[in-house]
Amino acid sequence: MKKIFYIITGIALSSVICFSCSKNVEGRTDKTPALNPVSQDLNAGEWKLVLLSRPDTFAVAAPAVPGTPEYTGYLNEIKGYQQKLSGEQMNNMRYWAAGGVLRWNEIMRELVAKYNLPPYQNDDGTYPAPNAADPFNYPMFPFANPPYAARAYAYISAAQYDALVACWYYKKLYNQKRPYDVDSSVKAISGRVDLPSYPSEAAVIAGATVEIMKMMFPTEVAFVQQKLEDQEEAAIMSGVATRADIKAGEALGRQIASVFTARARTDKAGQAGGNPELWNNMANNTAARGEKPWQSLEVPKRPPMLPLFGEVKTFLFDSATLVRIRPAAPFSTESSEFAQQNDAAYKQIKNPTREQERIVQYWADGVGTYTPSGHWNAIAAEDFIKQNYSEVRWARNMALLNMGQMDAATLCWNTKYFYFNPRPTQMMPDIKTLTGIPNFPSYISGHSTFSEAAATILGHILPANADKYEAMSKEAAMSRFISGIHTQMDCDSGLVAGKRVGEFTVLRARTDGAE
Amino acid sequence: MKRNLLTCLLLLAIQFMANAQTDIDGLMMAKNNFCVGPVYSHSSWKNYWEGTLKRDNDNIGTFNSNMFALMGNYGITDRLNVLFGVPYIKNKVTAGTLHKDAGIQDLSLWLKWMPVEKKLGSRSVFSVYTLGGFSTPLTNYQADYLPIAIGLHSTNFSGRLMVDYQNKDFFATASGTYQYRNNIHIDRTSYYTDEMHISNEVEMPDMASYNVRTGIRTFRIVAEAFFQQNYTLGGFDIRRNDMPFPSNRMNASIAGAHFKYILKKLPNLSLEAGGSYVLKGRNVGQAREFNVSAFYIFPLGHSRVSSSHSCKLCGIR
Repeated sequence: MKKIFYIITGIALSSVICFSCSKNVEGRTDKTPALNPVSQDLNAGEWKLVLLSRPDTFAVAAPAVPGTPEYTGYLNEIKGYQQKLSGEQMNNMRYWAAGGVLRWNEIMRELVAKYNLPPYQNDDGTYPAPNAADPFNYPMFPFANPPYAARAYAYISAAQYDALVACWYYKKLYNQKRPYDVDSSVKAISGRVDLPSYPSEAAVIAGATVEIMKMMFPTEVAFVQQKLEDQEEAAIMSGVATRADIKAGEALGRQIASVFTARARTDKAGQAGGNPELWNNMANNTAARGEKPWQSLEVPKRPPMLPLFGEVKTFLFDSATLVRIRPAAPFSTESSEFAQQNDAAYKQIKNPTREQERIVQYWADGVGTYTPSGHWNAIAAEDFIKQNYSEVRWARNMALLNMGQMDAATLCWNTKYFYFNPRPTQMMPDIKTLTGIPNFPSYISGHSTFSEAAATILGHILPANADKYEAMSKEAAMSRFISGIHTQMDCDSGLVAGKRVGEFTVLRARTDGAE
Repeated sequence: MKRNLLTCLLLLAIQFMANAQTDIDGLMMAKNNFCVGPVYSHSSWKNYWEGTLKRDNDNIGTFNSNMFALMGNYGITDRLNVLFGVPYIKNKVTAGTLHKDAGIQDLSLWLKWMPVEKKLGSRSVFSVYTLGGFSTPLTNYQADYLPIAIGLHSTNFSGRLMVDYQNKDFFATASGTYQYRNNIHIDRTSYYTDEMHISNEVEMPDMASYNVRTGIRTFRIVAEAFFQQNYTLGGFDIRRNDMPFPSNRMNASIAGAHFKYILKKLPNLSLEAGGSYVLKGRNVGQAREFNVSAFYIFPLGHSRVSSSHSCKLCGIR
C-alpha cells in the first residue's frame, strides 16, 4: 500500500511541476538586441533611388537648433518621459531598437498571413471577389495570395528604401545632433546611434510603411497607425529623436510613399483578377492550340488566381524583356514526355517518407501563411540581423529582395497563364497531394521561381551564404515535386526563370552605389 | 482501456471509445490478472465546426478514420491497475486532393487507484477512483496536417477523479479530468493563430472534460449510455475558410453507448461494442464513431479470481 501511495504521489507531483512551467513560446527575433550598425552608410543619400528622381524631391525644412526655446521644449518632452518609464514602455523601446525595417517586415508578414485566405463560395457555386472599395465586408480585402503578397512586400520595401535614402540625404545636410548628445541629462536608453538625428529614420520608415499599408491592407489602418505611434514614442522616449525629428521624418516618409501608391494604382494589379469571359478564353485558346487546358481542382471550381498578374508592371526589367525571358513551352500535354512527367509525380506520391513530408511542410507556405516570398523575407531577416546593417542598408537589401520577388511573381504568373498547363492531379486524379493544391496553372512552379530569385539575390548580398541559399532554393523547388503539386519540369523551369529575375536584381545591386 | 486516447485524439477526428475496465469506468481488474485485446474503431464526419460555424467542405467530402489498437489492463492489486493503449491510425478524406496519413500514434498509460470502496447495505456500493495518465507520441508523425494528421503529437499528463455508485444492477459513474499538454514542434518555422508566431514551437492549451455514464451492470453484461464534455482551455478558432491547427480551441459534447458481454463458456473472454456522436462542437468534426473489441483475461501468478467480473455486488472480489 505504501508503494502505491508513492506512485500516486509521484504522478501528482510531476503533474504539478508541469503545470508550473510556462508554455509561452518565444519568437526567434523577440530578443533581438538593439541595432548597432558596423557602418551607418553616411553617404547613402547618394544611392540610386527606385522611383524618386532625386533625394530632395520632397523638401524638408531646416530643424530648430539646440539652444532655442523650441528645441529646449523638445528636450523637456524627452526628459519628462524618462522620469518615469513603465515596463511596457521599456519593452516597446527594446522591441523597436532591433530595427524599424526588421520590425515592419515582420508586421507585413503578419498581415499577409492574416489575409491569405481564399474566399468561401456563394450558394450558387460562384465565388465572391474581395473588393478594395468595400474592404470590411466578407470576403475581406485583400486575399493576400502569393502574387498579391509579393507585390505588397515590394512596394513597402522599395518605399522604405527610397524614403531612407532621402532621409540620409537630409541627415547629412542638416547634421543635427542626437538629443542625448545635446544634453547629457538625456539618457540613451536603447544605445547611441552614430548618425545625425534629423529627420528621424524611425519615423521615415513608419510614415512610408503606414502609407503603403493603408492601401494594401485597408482594414488595418488603425492597427498599423498604432504601430507607428509605438515606434515613434519609442524613439522619443529612448532619447534618440525629438518630436521635431519624428514629425519631419513621418511627413517625408508619407510623401515619398505617395509616389509608390500612385504607381501601384496604375500597375495593372487592380485588374489582375480578370473576368469570366477572360477565364473561358484562356481555356479555349489553350484547347485551340491542341493542349489540354488547366482546370481548377477545387469544388466548386474556383476562378484562376489573378490570371492577369503577368501583366503587372515590373520593377527590374520592362515588359519586352519579360516576354523574352519567359520560359519556353512545356512538353505538350499530348506527348509521352508529359505523361512520363506525371507518372513520375504519381510514383513519388505513393509512399512519401517522413523527411519528405517535413520538407513539404517546411516550404508549403500555403493558405494562412506569409507565402513563399514572406518565407524568404523571414530567412533574409534572420540572417541580416547578424550583419549589423544600418537601417538604410537593411531597407536596400529588403527592397532588392522584394522587387525581385514581385518580378518573379509577374514572370511566373505570365508564364503560367501563357501556357495554361494542367496540374499533375488534373492529369492523374490518383495523385493526392501532401499540402493544398494551389488554384492556378502548373507550369512553371511559383515556389521554384520565388526561391531561386531570392537565393540569387541573397547569395549576392551575403556571398558566404550563397551555397546555403542555393541548397534551400533547390529544396523548396523539390518540395513541390515530392508533394505531388508539380512535375519535375515545372520545378526545373521555375528555377531557371527565378535565376533570370535574380540576375536582373543583382545587376541593379551592383550599380546602386551601395557596394 | 481505450478511452485514454480520447483527449489526445480530440482533433477533428474525435476517436471515441468507452469500455469496461477502462480509465473511465468504475471497474477494476483483479490482482495479477492481465486483460488485453484488439480494438477497432471507425470514425467519420462530413460536417465540422469552423469556430462555432457549422459547415461542410466539398474539398474534404467525408473524413474517415480507422483505428486499430492494442489495449490492456493489469491488476497490480485489486485496488491499483495499470492500463495501456497503442493505436495505429489511418485517416483519409473522400473529396479534394489531400493525401491520406497513417501510422502508430501515441502510447498512453494510466494508473488507476481505488482508495475508497464502501458497501452501503447489501444492495449498493460506492467507490472513488483517482487516475493519473500519461501519453506520448511513439512516432514522429506530423501534427500540422489537420484534419488528416493522426494526432497532435503532444506529450500529456492527466489527472482524473471519478466516483461510482452501484445499486443492484444499476450503476452511475461520474468523472472529471484535467489534462496538461506539452507544447509541440511543427515542421514550419512560423505560423499564424490570431497573431504571427516566429517559431516552430506551438503552445498547446490544456484540456478539461467531464464524463457521466449510467446503465446496467450485471455478472455478464454491461450496457451503458454516456455523455462526455470536452473543453480546450484556450486556443483559437479556425478562421473563415482556413485550415485547422493543433492549438485550435477544440470543444465537443458527445453522447454514446457501450455494451460488454462476457461469454458463458469462455468467461475470460469479453466482447464489446460501442458508438458515439458529437452533438455539438467547436473546431472539431461532427464525428460518428463505432467500435468493437475483444478482451481476454490471462491470470498471471497467484490471482484469486481467474475471470473478469463486471458485477461489483456478488462478492467475488
